[in-house]
Amino acid sequence: MNSVLGINSIRFVALLLVQIMLCSNINFLGYVNPYIYIIFIFLFPIRENRMILLVSSFTLGMLVDMFLDSGGVHAAAAVFLAYARPVLLKTSFGMLYEHQSIKFSNTELGSLITYITFGTLIHHVVLFSLEIFNISYIFLILKKTLFSSIFTIILCILIIILFSRNKK
Amino acid sequence: MQQIINFVIRNKTFLLFLFLFGLALALTIQSHSYHRSQFINSANSITGGVYSFSNSIDDYFSLKKENERLSEENKLLREALFNLEPSANEAVIDTSHFQKTYRVTTAQVYKNSYASPNNYLTINKGINDSVQQDFGVITSKGIVGIVDNVSGNYATVLSILNKKSRINAKLKSTNHKGSLSWDGIAPNITQLEDISTFAPVKVGDTIETGGESAIFPKGIGIGTITEINTDVSGDTYKLQVQLFNDMTNLGTIYIIENLDRLEINDLENNSNE
Repeated sequence: MNSVLGINSIRFVALLLVQIMLCSNINFLGYVNPYIYIIFIFLFPIRENRMILLVSSFTLGMLVDMFLDSGGVHAAAAVFLAYARPVLLKTSFGMLYEHQSIKFSNTELGSLITYITFGTLIHHVVLFSLEIFNISYIFLILKKTLFSSIFTIILCILIIILFSRNKK
Repeated sequence: MQQIINFVIRNKTFLLFLFLFGLALALTIQSHSYHRSQFINSANSITGGVYSFSNSIDDYFSLKKENERLSEENKLLREALFNLEPSANEAVIDTSHFQKTYRVTTAQVYKNSYASPNNYLTINKGINDSVQQDFGVITSKGIVGIVDNVSGNYATVLSILNKKSRINAKLKSTNHKGSLSWDGIAPNITQLEDISTFAPVKVGDTIETGGESAIFPKGIGIGTITEINTDVSGDTYKLQVQLFNDMTNLGTIYIIENLDRLEINDLENNSNE
């Protein structure tokens, strides 16, 4: 229990710092930024209470909002992703999730990619809809969602693989 | 009563989700609708501390560019100074007894964003350096924005690249005035609206601040016109303005305080009543 708490706290702080110092300053092609802090929500232990996940996702999103002066868009998107996570887990891991026996470090790569892809898309759609907040800019929302999602998905999968291999 | 408690216990996750999501939505809507004072902002000691750490590393990489910019500005100021011929028949005014109108403070940009539709900068001066809300922010090339939230040692600046930003601007050649806004698309192009179609407008004309508000002095450069469109009604122009400033690369900035601001605002409030 204690080590789980420790690992998640370190992950929380590390992802927050990397996000605000590096990832939000990339601005590839002028507007494409990856939002890697959602790895925290993806890798949150499954057996833990969902209430804790919701509250910690909200806090993480709020801190990102504070650093980026974006009102509450990251908090809203992070909470939404945290709430939708069980559905995502069920669709991408199927039986493994039913038996509560997923270990992110040794799952199939295919299921992991499905899980990360759908999660990132959900998060980014909510994020950019709220950030732009104008239905007449629907194409801008979709364009930003698409490009940022590609960037985020690649980075997330690389980071997860890199750090899970180290532990073995 | 029992049933209500049971309902709450059964749906506690969903209710917590609704509460947190609602809270975040409220903050988002608040940040979109009001012109002033975001509730959650980066003008505080936590964000300031982190940004000051990353800025202390980042600084070294832009030193050369910063030096070039400063010597360029020095050159311009020296030219202006040498060409300022003291005319013989002008009465000598002892300026030491007059209060100056504008006071200028320098500051470093700690955080700059230009990719979202509502951009803010974080700078390293705050109330302790007598920086307050509604002070103008410029660089040697042109305007940057208006100070929004202030804490002890840090402040956030509402960038001109923000959908909520409205800045009074005019054509340099004539006195036709309009308001400068941003459509959220390109970080080097802003829009100037409400310029009457009577104004002689050409592509390449310079746009500068109008000096109607108590924030910016008159005549600070903004940009040049790149495209001329007429408004739907046909009475006013909608001009695309290419900014002088590279808003994606800001280092040292100047904060302008209008010392007559309170007096001007008081007067305007009184006449509006």
